[in-house]
Amino acid sequence: MTTSGSLRRRAVAAAAAVGALALVVGCGGSDDSATGGGKKDGKVTITMGLYGVMGLKETGLLEQYEKENPGVDIKAEIAGDEQTYYTALQTRLAAGKGLKDIQGIEVGRAKEITDTQADKFADFSDVPGLDHFLPWKESQITTADGKVLGLGTDIGPMAVCYRKDYFAQAGLPTERDQVAKLWEGDWKKYVEVGRTFKKDFKGKNVAYMDAASGLFNAMIYGSPEQFYDEKGELIYDSNPVVKQAWGLAADAAEGGLTAKLRQFQPGWDPGLANGTFATAVCPAWMLSHISEKAGPANKGKWDVAKAPKGANWGGSFLGVVEQSPVKEEAKKLVAWLTAPEQQAHVFQEIGNIPSSRQALDSPEVKNATSAYFSGAPIGRIFGAAAQEIPDKQVLGRKDGTIKDTFSQGLTLIEQQGTARDKAWNTTAERIEKAVG
Amino acid sequence: MATSTTPALTGDEPTGPPPAGSTPRRRGALLHRLDLKGAPYAFVAPFFVVFAAFSFYPLVYTFWISLHDVELATLDVMQWVAFDNYVELWNDSRFWNALQNTITIGVISTVPQLLMALGLAHLLNYRMRGSLFFRVASLVPYATSVAAAALVFTMIFERDFGMINWALGSVGIDPVDWEADKWPAQVAISTIVIWRWTGYNALLYLAAMQAIPADRYEAASLDGASRWQQFTHVTVPGIRSTIVFTIVLSTIGATQLFGEPLIFGQGPNGVTGGADNQYQTLGLLLYEEGWKNYQMGRSATVAWAMFLLLLIVFLVQRVVQRVRSRTS
Repeated sequence: MTTSGSLRRRAVAAAAAVGALALVVGCGGSDDSATGGGKKDGKVTITMGLYGVMGLKETGLLEQYEKENPGVDIKAEIAGDEQTYYTALQTRLAAGKGLKDIQGIEVGRAKEITDTQADKFADFSDVPGLDHFLPWKESQITTADGKVLGLGTDIGPMAVCYRKDYFAQAGLPTERDQVAKLWEGDWKKYVEVGRTFKKDFKGKNVAYMDAASGLFNAMIYGSPEQFYDEKGELIYDSNPVVKQAWGLAADAAEGGLTAKLRQFQPGWDPGLANGTFATAVCPAWMLSHISEKAGPANKGKWDVAKAPKGANWGGSFLGVVEQSPVKEEAKKLVAWLTAPEQQAHVFQEIGNIPSSRQALDSPEVKNATSAYFSGAPIGRIFGAAAQEIPDKQVLGRKDGTIKDTFSQGLTLIEQQGTARDKAWNTTAERIEKAVG
Repeated sequence: MATSTTPALTGDEPTGPPPAGSTPRRRGALLHRLDLKGAPYAFVAPFFVVFAAFSFYPLVYTFWISLHDVELATLDVMQWVAFDNYVELWNDSRFWNALQNTITIGVISTVPQLLMALGLAHLLNYRMRGSLFFRVASLVPYATSVAAAALVFTMIFERDFGMINWALGSVGIDPVDWEADKWPAQVAISTIVIWRWTGYNALLYLAAMQAIPADRYEAASLDGASRWQQFTHVTVPGIRSTIVFTIVLSTIGATQLFGEPLIFGQGPNGVTGGADNQYQTLGLLLYEEGWKNYQMGRSATVAWAMFLLLLIVFLVQRVVQRVRSRTS
């Protein structure tokens, strides 16, 4: 009894020790494909990491590609919020694990990616026929030594989305050209209209605009330089454009013109559905969000008018990670997804404006109207706005983070009632922390 | 919350007879002795191997990182700065704000939670129909994921269309901005914590209560003690060690509070614990430094500050205990 008992005990002890070791070692090893994509039995699997409503899956493009290319299987994972998405992407890039074959890159992150992560992305400069993009679009994702890390999907020319019914109740014009006239050429006029709206609106619990941060973004992105100059130096605290935008956004916040919502956060969505605000500065890609969240009940109540000034807010790229086992297949897919025909398709379906010049010039984009937005000629409005976007746009490493920090600074004024100078100082302190 | 089984395996076997002196049996005797002396270590080895790999090594490496300037994007580029990060943290008002928030949220979540758990356990301890159902039901919040619970509570506490403001409005109270205002936000977050952990603690108390011998209650009732006196003089002293245990667990949990405020704030406000950092806990500050500002050195410093803080709390507790046992 004793011998067999101790023998078993010894065996168990040995097994336990080995098991523990295996556990430790096992974590060091990696599986076959780090991205989840790969080739197996003649089938190619390509994984994608996307965010927001980029329209690739939503408009059936991925399905179409699978149908046209038998043996290709595309798995797309879509995060709602870009900031959350980018944080995860950074972590995965640093760890070299959990990346997808294709990753979406927002323009606010483009500079950081080209500066610090260029070796982790595949080069597109050898792909033929890329001259259909707007000239400034691809330069934003190209490194100093000419490596192209991704292809452009959409751009974000801006307009103002407004509720016709609320404008009528406030005695303002409702026809989109007349509305555009109200604030033509100057964002200050947009805020002035807001004061009139607040004074004359008969109903209750409707604010003029959703959030001060939307106005702020619209103003700064009309300028070639925002937070950084061309040398990569931080200039946000001396750039008159930023100061002006901050001042006007603070005016709107202090004047009670905003619904004190935070864009893209869940409180904003019921605001759209229940109509708690009358206008929103809307980049083209926001239309799909508005129509989805405001829902069929509000169809035809919204309209789109030209913004006081042209600006580009947002837009994205698709990149392929270097470690992908199906790099060439993934690049082919990206090139197809960003080709003029597909960009025009996405625009027609959900309104994301093409970054392809060729697509912008196509009749199906130029003549497009939106049924949801009272038949607004969105092709013409956003196409014209795209023309006004400065040809040169200086990006900086922490653009995205600084933009978010400014949005939060404006929230301080809106929600906490903080004095604007104090909010500015807090914002500046936070930016210092963020840039390291 | 990690629970680990104590690897107490020593001394369960009777000690073998002393090894016999004859030479041919010496080898066997040596093995036998090694078996007796070595086996316990082999049994506890897995825990310590795993502990070394997943706790001790990260702990030391985190400290190493905290002495450097490191960015998340370029983890291999480390710049030695010695204790600069610690000095900076000490002078950073955000740290003291986060520490204060951690303590206040900790107090307004832990105290009601443990009191309610005690009451709940007392009720569950009565003989009643369907007691199993109630015991299982009280554990359901604990089994719910933080993310799901926090998300639902966030919708309930929503400013414009949330259920609570709707209820307040129906009795004529002005809506509360649960996210933007400091104390409402901290109360809302505490509510999530209380909801999740009360049942769990109640079950721990219940188990301890059931271990109290019934004759103590009989003796107490013979002495004419009321229900309440029985509770305060028999039940509470009887489960004292469990109460201490839950306090320790809750304190650790409160120090590490992270998921609830992160999800409650949603998006950028979650990471910074509100636009004004009004509910930023130390856990969130760590996350903000590491995953918003991408400064891993500073993030690691916050992690170590949290660890040191727990050590200080532990030491203070030990000293107080020793002083108290000496005076009594």
